Amino acid sequence: MDRLQQSDNYRRMTAMKELTGMDEDKPEEPRVVDSSPAKMVSSKLAESTTESELSLTELSGRTVGDVRCADPFMIAENVNVYYGDNHAIQNVTLEFGKSQVIALIGPSGCGKSTFLRCLNRMNDSIESARITGTITLDGQDIYDKDLDPVALRARVGMVFQKPNPFPKSIYDNVAYGPRIHGLAADRADLDGIVHTSLERAGLLKEVKDRLDEPGTSLSGGQQQRLCIARTIAVDPEVILMDEPCSALDPIATARIEDLIDEISENYAIVIVTHSMQQAARVSRRVAYFHLGLLVEVDDTDRIFTNPQHKLTEDYVTGRIG
Amino acid sequence: MSGESTVTTRSKVERSLGKRRRKESIFRILGIASTLVGVLFLLVFFWTLIGQGSSAFLQTFIEIEVEFSEDILAPAGELDLAYADFDAIARNALREKFPDVTSRSERRELNQLISVGAGYQIKDAIAGDPDLLGTTLLMQVPAAANVDMVLKENIDRNLGEDRRPISDSQLEWIDALIADGSLVSKFNVALFTNGDSREPELAGIRGALMGSFYMLLITVALAFPIGAAAAIYLEEFAPKNRWSDLIEVNINNLAAVPSIVFGLLGLAVFINWMSIPRSAPLVGGLVLSLLTLPVIIIAARAAIKAVPPSIREAALGLGASKMQVVFHHVMPLAMPGMLTGTIIGMSRALGESAPLLMIGMVAFIVDVPAGFSDPATALPVQIYLWADSPERAFAERTSAAIIVLLGFLLVMNLAAVIMRKKVERKW
Repeated sequence: MDRLQQSDNYRRMTAMKELTGMDEDKPEEPRVVDSSPAKMVSSKLAESTTESELSLTELSGRTVGDVRCADPFMIAENVNVYYGDNHAIQNVTLEFGKSQVIALIGPSGCGKSTFLRCLNRMNDSIESARITGTITLDGQDIYDKDLDPVALRARVGMVFQKPNPFPKSIYDNVAYGPRIHGLAADRADLDGIVHTSLERAGLLKEVKDRLDEPGTSLSGGQQQRLCIARTIAVDPEVILMDEPCSALDPIATARIEDLIDEISENYAIVIVTHSMQQAARVSRRVAYFHLGLLVEVDDTDRIFTNPQHKLTEDYVTGRIG
Repeated sequence: MSGESTVTTRSKVERSLGKRRRKESIFRILGIASTLVGVLFLLVFFWTLIGQGSSAFLQTFIEIEVEFSEDILAPAGELDLAYADFDAIARNALREKFPDVTSRSERRELNQLISVGAGYQIKDAIAGDPDLLGTTLLMQVPAAANVDMVLKENIDRNLGEDRRPISDSQLEWIDALIADGSLVSKFNVALFTNGDSREPELAGIRGALMGSFYMLLITVALAFPIGAAAAIYLEEFAPKNRWSDLIEVNINNLAAVPSIVFGLLGLAVFINWMSIPRSAPLVGGLVLSLLTLPVIIIAARAAIKAVPPSIREAALGLGASKMQVVFHHVMPLAMPGMLTGTIIGMSRALGESAPLLMIGMVAFIVDVPAGFSDPATALPVQIYLWADSPERAFAERTSAAIIVLLGFLLVMNLAAVIMRKKVERKW
């Protein structure tokens, strides 16, 4: 923890140096740089920066950019998550639009996955987790006492980091969701759902002759597409993806990215990713998280070409993370 | 880095490599040795067991001309099954073979060659077919256990007469019977069809076998569902707090409690308080269920814990309820592990005798139990009872009963393994 904090302080220091053009060679500037990094931060970045510049260089809790979007479908308002005493997500406000892919990026442990799991209440199963703030889906508070998380998760599907097909046949994997929710009227109906879902996940051609083979017999990329097909089969409104390609090779990754692109017009997609290229390729908006704070949100091209916040810039240019 | 230091590093590694390899080979030799010792003991065990017990599966019979004499069977002109002296018929038939035997004491000695079972067999024959009255039939009736022992060379002929349970003249008669082919060795059906008896040649293990069967039926019917349900609740639904910790510790401790304590508990609760008849398979099964429960719960919890969380998450993420996650995904994956725990628990229950002593199942029970509330004993208790009997012929029957117990265990485990294979998914 100590090391982490220190390196973080160091980043802030360098960030400040670059932004203000401060240099040890210039005697007229305050000589704060020579002091230890810890002392440095405690001196509140000194008097050398103006108020507005300050907000763009250090973690202030204020989000840079536009958290709102044109046609919000899911709205997270002042969301805080605590794991016991650990304040994992701090005051995050973010809107998710329909037919829009938003990528959550940030260094490990920044809380992007935690935030993602708030959106379909997967954090409910963690006993120490406590969530404040409001998240609404199509105007309905998803943390409402009367709302059953089971019903919510049928509307907000999730694809996980590691492909996790059930140890059942390919058919049963896709049919499971519709079965438990009673979406199919009869067997033919269910067959139809399974086929369309596999087709939309781009998997039908590869598996249509072996639907009764185990889902786990597929390759990693195919398994992940099977998981996406399984999620689509329930016909959700929002799909959450938690680093869906991190366990896949580049070719399988490319296929998944194409798939995300294709299905994005029908769903609001929130994807957590560690790959900047992936975020740039698949998303329309990008949200940058850092130490539990939402630092910056903007259109993807602006984040990658002209980030406003120093930390965002450092991250997307590969200086941190 | 200089070349010299590389060389020293390499030589160091090589030096330590020799040491590591030596350790490895020593460990391998130790492992092989311990495995061999285990196999050796197992072989010795089976060797002695089969060597001593296999002879009990054969039994000696005497072939005699049985005359269903009207004088004895129907003294008043009508067949009288209740009071007729069937033993006399058997005795007369044997005496026919030895016309020289006339004195009273010699006759008595001769009569001892034939089992009391002969009378029952003759009675059954005439009861099944009353037309036999007045006719003569060649029958094979059980010989006395001592005759059987002489034939199996379990009684040493060379010992002095006073040191063996069979007299010189009896030995002569036996030799004569062997010479004219009247002594036949047949498969010992009685061992599997009869209940316990004071006469070794008539003693069978069916009573104990059925007693064990009924008890285990109750045990599996109670312990498996209750154990599985408890494990699922504790693992999936129970809040993790001080109380659940306490329960967990207690269950683990219960698995280590000496079995006789469960017998005492059964005596106090099931017999004294709930007034369930003692010696019954019902109460035995209940006690064995208590004994097996912790084993099953512990194994089932381990099996549930081993189900990958990713499967649960996948199901939850699709909108499955907690129950659906457990019963559609966790249970099928945990089932093989649960069944393994059940096999272990049931095997233990089958071999238990101590708790059964406390609930009256150590009694001498001749009748084969026909239900859950009939007095019964169990295989391990029967083995104990026979091992305790002084008659020489019970020694081989003890070993035979152990073989049957192991066979029972094998069949039971085989059934469980087949069941586990059925529920086990390869993927």
